[in-house]
Amino acid sequence: MTHCYHCGDSCERQELHYDDKSFCCQGCITVYDILDKNNLNYYYELEKNPGISPVEIAGKYDFLDNNSIIGKLLEFDDGRTQIISFLIPSIHCSSCIWVLENLQKLNKGIRTSQVDFPKKTVRITFVSGEITLKDLVILLAKLGYEPYISMENMDKKKPRINRTLIYQLGIAGFAFGNVMFLSFPEYFQVQEFWLDRFSPLFRWLMFAFSVPVVFYSAKDYFISAFKGLRSHILNIDVPIALGISVLFVRSTLDIIMNWGTGFFDSLTGLVFFLLVGKYFQQKTYAYLSFERDYKSYFPIAITRISKDQKEEQVPVYEIEQGDRLIIRNKELLPVDAILLKGNALIDYSFVTGEAVPVYKFSGDKLFAGGRQTGGIIEVEVIKKVEQSYLTQLWSNEVFSTNKQHLFQSLTNKISKYFTVTILSIALLSGLFWMIFDLSKVFQVLTAVLIVACPCAIALAAPFTLGNLLRSFGKHKFYLKESYIIEQMAQIDIVVFDKTGTLTTHENTSISYEGIPLSQEELILLTSSLRASNHPLSRALYDILDKNNIATLDSFEELAGEGIVARHKAQSIKIGSSAFVSPPLSAKESNRTSVYVSSNDGYRGRFVFQNKYRDGIVDVFQQLGKDKELIILSGDNDSEREKLELVLPKDSQLLFNQKPNDKLEFIKQLQSGGKKVMMIGDGLNDAGALAQSDMGVSISENVNVFSPACDGILDASRFYQLADFFKLSKQGTKIIKWSFILSFFYNVIGLGFAVSGYLSPVVAAILMPLSSISVVLFTTITTRYYENRILEK
Amino acid sequence: MTIIYLLLTISVLVAVFFFIAFVISVRDGQYDDTYTPSIRMLFEDELIEEVSSEKPKTKNDNQ
Repeated sequence: MTHCYHCGDSCERQELHYDDKSFCCQGCITVYDILDKNNLNYYYELEKNPGISPVEIAGKYDFLDNNSIIGKLLEFDDGRTQIISFLIPSIHCSSCIWVLENLQKLNKGIRTSQVDFPKKTVRITFVSGEITLKDLVILLAKLGYEPYISMENMDKKKPRINRTLIYQLGIAGFAFGNVMFLSFPEYFQVQEFWLDRFSPLFRWLMFAFSVPVVFYSAKDYFISAFKGLRSHILNIDVPIALGISVLFVRSTLDIIMNWGTGFFDSLTGLVFFLLVGKYFQQKTYAYLSFERDYKSYFPIAITRISKDQKEEQVPVYEIEQGDRLIIRNKELLPVDAILLKGNALIDYSFVTGEAVPVYKFSGDKLFAGGRQTGGIIEVEVIKKVEQSYLTQLWSNEVFSTNKQHLFQSLTNKISKYFTVTILSIALLSGLFWMIFDLSKVFQVLTAVLIVACPCAIALAAPFTLGNLLRSFGKHKFYLKESYIIEQMAQIDIVVFDKTGTLTTHENTSISYEGIPLSQEELILLTSSLRASNHPLSRALYDILDKNNIATLDSFEELAGEGIVARHKAQSIKIGSSAFVSPPLSAKESNRTSVYVSSNDGYRGRFVFQNKYRDGIVDVFQQLGKDKELIILSGDNDSEREKLELVLPKDSQLLFNQKPNDKLEFIKQLQSGGKKVMMIGDGLNDAGALAQSDMGVSISENVNVFSPACDGILDASRFYQLADFFKLSKQGTKIIKWSFILSFFYNVIGLGFAVSGYLSPVVAAILMPLSSISVVLFTTITTRYYENRILEK
Repeated sequence: MTIIYLLLTISVLVAVFFFIAFVISVRDGQYDDTYTPSIRMLFEDELIEEVSSEKPKTKNDNQ
């Protein structure tokens, strides 16, 4: 089989030849042609079949003629030079980077362009007089790099990038290296004249390097410890902050009183290692957005019919009640409205979970979020964007609460006991020395607090979870933050949405019930379906044999009812139950069906069934062992029996749930003290995803919109869901083991400390040693379990 | 051994110089995208120039 030279898809349906190369469609040829003519062939040399087949865009970007919209989108504009950043989800390889950074070769108006690959964005500088924004977008779309422009682009100007951690880490590393270097002479304790003379200088230099480390790099630990104490929680940052301040105060006193060289090396090293852990934990998937609400799903502009009956493009947020709008095929309705004209066939699957598009008639109410499939319709707005039925959901308070604050991590749990133990050891040893040698009290007391500083404990979780986060990501389960893995290990109940989550978006399986159709009937059926645009017709047409297509003598499609067609003596009626009126024996079903009658005699019906994702039985069985499973669907209960078969006994199944019902249901489950995971895919699940302890959104293409959640699971890895649970549980075990390991180092250190022998050298060796061994241990064990559990 | 004053000053100055370079690079956004530049540096611009001399040049016909 040949593959398309441009996009690499197989040329199964048709094979086009151009310039001695094979292509799958005209679109791919067009892109090839543009690149070839402009000497951008290198595109095809960098990677094999790098291209993306361009999509139809006629009229789609007309809103970019509107100056107020352009103004909102531009990052910079001085009347001539303009800068804009686009999110382009289809960026995927080095060829993409290359061609997008060579746009100036395609149009002289484009000055420079720069790709940010992890974020999948391109920042383009162009001259407004030479190329308009609309032409620029059309050029990109023509090349297959269609920018994703949504209502979200309107709100936010460039989000400020927070680089504090990099600065903190850089300063700590810088100071650590210099302090190490300066404290080297004193490690060897050589009693030489020159060292005695210069040691104050060395020491004060070390002090100077440490000051920014304590007051800038480590400031988050102090803030967090303070916050913890204020709300009566002994989190891990309390002993860390205590350790850092004791280290600093003791070392400063040491050099002032000339008692010794101080522990500046340990201090800066400690902060540096802690920050490395923090940085490592912060693996982010820049191109995925976990915070999306309806705004990134909604279009930026829509066609309005003005007072003088002209069509105009207006920003969505300017739409007022009473406006009349035009919605075209595949366009999304951003407001609640009443249908005035046209055949509306609205696909609500993403918004309500209903699997099949529904017909609406003039005067019917349409809800925001529905997608029109079919012809052009005209509607009148009854509620603005922010007030629509769907967007009301986002006013619920769960969308503004931060879940992480509610979560108590393993580290913080252990830190409570740890802090109390350390303080009592310090106190006891202090008392001991108060009796035996008063001069040693201060030294021992501070030494205990120094070695007890739980650097290794604090590193155990970041490195374990950071490693696991990467393992999960490698297997296409993208988590927002690493603490979610710990959360995942505690889940008691898993709640599934049905449409789009358990079922796939494509590939409905269709079965036929009734009297077998004759050859003539089949030909007529295929020929009639071919002429219809209804999604069900198209799905049915796709599975039928298309060898003999007859020219129809008559064909009529009645919106919302069905098709009547005739070929010679044979006539056929295809459509809804009310339209075909089957005999009572063909019992009514709430499953989606298309009925067929021929020459006025009932033949049978095609039943559309949702196709479930691969491995669903396995996943249910594995998870059912120790978790409660619940189905929470917005669709009707036609699939109840089928689901009951594969689910563990006594599992709850709820249907016809509205978005708010789902949210309340999760809340109710949680009130029983259970940890709930919600797995959904659409906007209707958004509330439940936000309310649950861990919200996971399933996506067939992780680049397209998915509602706000804690994790995005690629649909192709759904079958591994149980394995992810297993690995997260293993992760908490690894953290516990590393606690034991680091505790072992703490005991050794404490031995030195209470006996009064903790010299700076010992501290400087012990601290990095314990940290590094914990890092090694967690890295090796997580790799091992990742291979065992996920890659079997 | 007073040379140590000079040596220390130089070493600290060198360290501070690199530190300032680091801060400037972070501020310029060099750490915002640590992936794309690693690919960009592998592109060979010369290659296209050679090809362009062989083929007739058509100007912006994609508008």
